[in-house]
Amino acid sequence: MAELVAILATTHHPFYYKTSRIPAEEAPPFAAEWVRQVEAYRETLTRARPDVLVMVGSDHFHQLWLDNMPQFLIGKAPYYDGNWENETREFGLPKLLFKGDEELSAYMLREGIDRGFDLAFSNELRVDHSITCPIFTVRPQNDLPIVPVYTNIFAPPLPQPERFVQLGQTIREIIDAWPSDLRVAVIGTGHLSLELGGPRQFGPHGPDPEFDARAVRWIADGDIDGCLAEVSLESLHAPGNATHGFMDFMLMMGIAGYRKADYAANLDLFHTMEAYFTWYPDPGLITGPPPASKGTLL
Amino acid sequence: MSKYLVDKFLFTIDRDHELTERYREDPAGTLAWWEAEEANRILNCIGAERSTWLSFTDEERAALAGHDHVTLFQLGAHPFLTLTLWIAMFERDFSEPLGMQLEYARKLAHLAKPYPDIAT
Repeated sequence: MAELVAILATTHHPFYYKTSRIPAEEAPPFAAEWVRQVEAYRETLTRARPDVLVMVGSDHFHQLWLDNMPQFLIGKAPYYDGNWENETREFGLPKLLFKGDEELSAYMLREGIDRGFDLAFSNELRVDHSITCPIFTVRPQNDLPIVPVYTNIFAPPLPQPERFVQLGQTIREIIDAWPSDLRVAVIGTGHLSLELGGPRQFGPHGPDPEFDARAVRWIADGDIDGCLAEVSLESLHAPGNATHGFMDFMLMMGIAGYRKADYAANLDLFHTMEAYFTWYPDPGLITGPPPASKGTLL
Repeated sequence: MSKYLVDKFLFTIDRDHELTERYREDPAGTLAWWEAEEANRILNCIGAERSTWLSFTDEERAALAGHDHVTLFQLGAHPFLTLTLWIAMFERDFSEPLGMQLEYARKLAHLAKPYPDIAT
């Protein structure tokens, strides 16, 4: 069977790519610490030595549109182009090309459908910054095949938060059962409190630091039940109008199960809280020296 | 109310550099052309298979022709689409980093939660 070697759940920040390339003397004051945090986080994936990456993200009205909107979609293609013209324009993100793992895509689709998720699929998918950002942060050499998983956190009506957790639990079962000798890592990105296009956007912190403080504890502690007890489609409007992206973190909690993260860190940036979590389902699969840090939250 | 069509306008203008510039320079003219020629085009279909029923309300038309992001927000246009297009059109007019985004938020500051429903 395949080995699920690492689960990474993180925020995706489209400005990181550009910020990390500004010369030190011109960089904003937060840049150096941001880069340091990201490089420490990258090490949590590197040491897991994955062969293939399942990438969980959400299309931001790039390829998926309101005339034909899937709730959950898995890419099944030999390659995926990455990033869109308006992401290059707005964030300076370059175009890039991913290899796909069609065998794992096909397996996840068949098994997912048979286990109760009527998944949509795409044979030609250009992934956006929800998937390319974590490649720039944790796997910049972009040398591994991927399987993209898209969720709808953007265009209501959305699936319930419970459904995101259940999809995560199902993805975990599917990867654990995949007849393959490959080492799989799952990397998913979402948001904590976030406001875009509303009155609270781009403040000195995220729009709801109190929500963020509770959210990082739910994730770091693997507190799926505590999170589900407090989070609903309705409640997610309060912390910020783009906070439904938190449900991608809930999906990742479903994959990780009821257990504490092995690495957890956060960073307060100018309009959002950045957060970085890693779980190692079987620490015996991770060789080499122990990590230098378990992150600032543990 | 044709929230979907407002979102479709924002979506199709934002993703095309030429249309973004055209809407910046001539919002009313671009809007009139778009409603006449593009509003009913199903995005992955040929022209013979256009829809036949989509049009803006007067209020939507005025908000789009006036680059009025506050009214668009109040009408329930998807805030991500509006913001992204506004960044493309107007960020260049501000010298401070995030100057446009902060001004955009300031103009919305009088609006309290709950925000207008964005469901289409």
